[in-house]
Amino acid sequence: MPIKVRIPTPLQKITNNQADVTVKSKNVRELIEDLNKSFPGIKERLCDEKGNLRRFINIYVNEEDIRFLKMDATPLKDGDEVSIIPAIAGG
Amino acid sequence: MSCVKGLKCRECGRPYPKEALFVCEYCFGPLEVDYDYDRIKQVLTREAISARPKNLWRYRELLPIDGDPTDGLNSGFTPLIRARNLEKALGVRELYIKDDSVSHPTLSFKDRVVAVALSKAKEFGFDTVACASTGNLANSVACQSAIAGLKRYIFIPADLEAGKIIGTLIYNPTLVAVEGNYDEVNRLCSEVASKYNWAFVNINIRPYYAEGSKTYGYEILEQLGWKAPRHIVVPCAGGSLITKIWKSIREFEKLGLIEKAHTKVYAAQAAGCAPIVTAIKENSEIIKPVKPKTIAKSLAIGNPADGIYAAATARDSGGGGEDVSDDEIVEAIKLLAQTEGIFTETAGGVTLGAAKKLIENGKIPKDESIVVSITGNGLKTQEAVADKIGKPIRIKPNIASFEEHVRRH
Repeated sequence: MPIKVRIPTPLQKITNNQADVTVKSKNVRELIEDLNKSFPGIKERLCDEKGNLRRFINIYVNEEDIRFLKMDATPLKDGDEVSIIPAIAGG
Repeated sequence: MSCVKGLKCRECGRPYPKEALFVCEYCFGPLEVDYDYDRIKQVLTREAISARPKNLWRYRELLPIDGDPTDGLNSGFTPLIRARNLEKALGVRELYIKDDSVSHPTLSFKDRVVAVALSKAKEFGFDTVACASTGNLANSVACQSAIAGLKRYIFIPADLEAGKIIGTLIYNPTLVAVEGNYDEVNRLCSEVASKYNWAFVNINIRPYYAEGSKTYGYEILEQLGWKAPRHIVVPCAGGSLITKIWKSIREFEKLGLIEKAHTKVYAAQAAGCAPIVTAIKENSEIIKPVKPKTIAKSLAIGNPADGIYAAATARDSGGGGEDVSDDEIVEAIKLLAQTEGIFTETAGGVTLGAAKKLIENGKIPKDESIVVSITGNGLKTQEAVADKIGKPIRIKPNIASFEEHVRRH
């Protein structure tokens, strides 16, 4: 079973309007590279020039913020669900 | 008359149209309302404002609606109180309470942001509104959308205080109690918001909604006689209010409504959820998210959306931040009630508790003007103080019993 990734609205133009896509990646860093292979240009939206995740994007693995896990080294396995969510919400 | 040009990314400056958008497609930065200040300056004078009704719409050119306001027509213009008893208790010369614990209609400053959000949502043609809330926003969205005749979905953490839940359910919304903390509710709502075409006041309507908080600041400036205070202490949850109070001061300066201000701004948080104050104290550009553990549930946001801006505001103003324990929160709630007669909720206890510490440790000088921002009402968070304020003295209905039990005290 592959890993399901939920794509936020602002990036769905790049994923051909797909809200969910699937990947097979070993960790979050690899997931971003894999997404970029399928949907060229998505990495530069998610990461800054230095390749770091932009500060206004939060990534969750199975509903947990990766900043409470191992950041972009957070491991992934079959069946995991990943959400990419704009940080600016709520409050 | 509209004075809004459009939206603009706060980070990269890209322009966007006036739509229900909230993040930049390119860098994910927050979108902000872009005003035509030259035009505003021509019409918005002290005289014009003073002649208008005493509600938050008296500053309407600085609020992001195009038509006439439709909601919150009795909200805002809450008292700014010279707190003479509290001045004595804290040993300071000039202290004010801006008291949104008596905001109409739901007793918190959230009535301001919801008034703007619903007016805007109706302009956009939405028939359903929603929000992720720690309680006060839930109350206000449920209430004001009932008045407006809009469908309403309210999402809260399942463990909120009874007063916040009852104060929402009474307006008959669809109330969804999510098994998780606010940050989990917020994440869920971001996903719901991208799937359903609703006006989520603090997600897709957020650039407009957040502007409503500026009215809290405008009122302070007007009520002080068109002057800014030297110090203002503000509670922080998502971090939006403190940045909008700061913006209100800068805008009034720009429009010539006040002279150049030298206000220092201080963030107040509970020790059990202090990501913004931690960043201020550590002088860090990064906000480290936390898992909240505090009785101040209305401030229990571990992953604050505006955290970096809130910390930057405090720092750039020359202010700072302070956090307080749960016991200090309760003591401050009692102090405010017993000196000024204002029964505030836990967030108010955080704010006054932090102000007290900032004064005691010399960060806020005792001889300069101070405003303490009280944003919510204590009747909604009674659990926090229920077993810490004594009990009534129970007697029989006769003089002997009265003299036996009461006079002895």
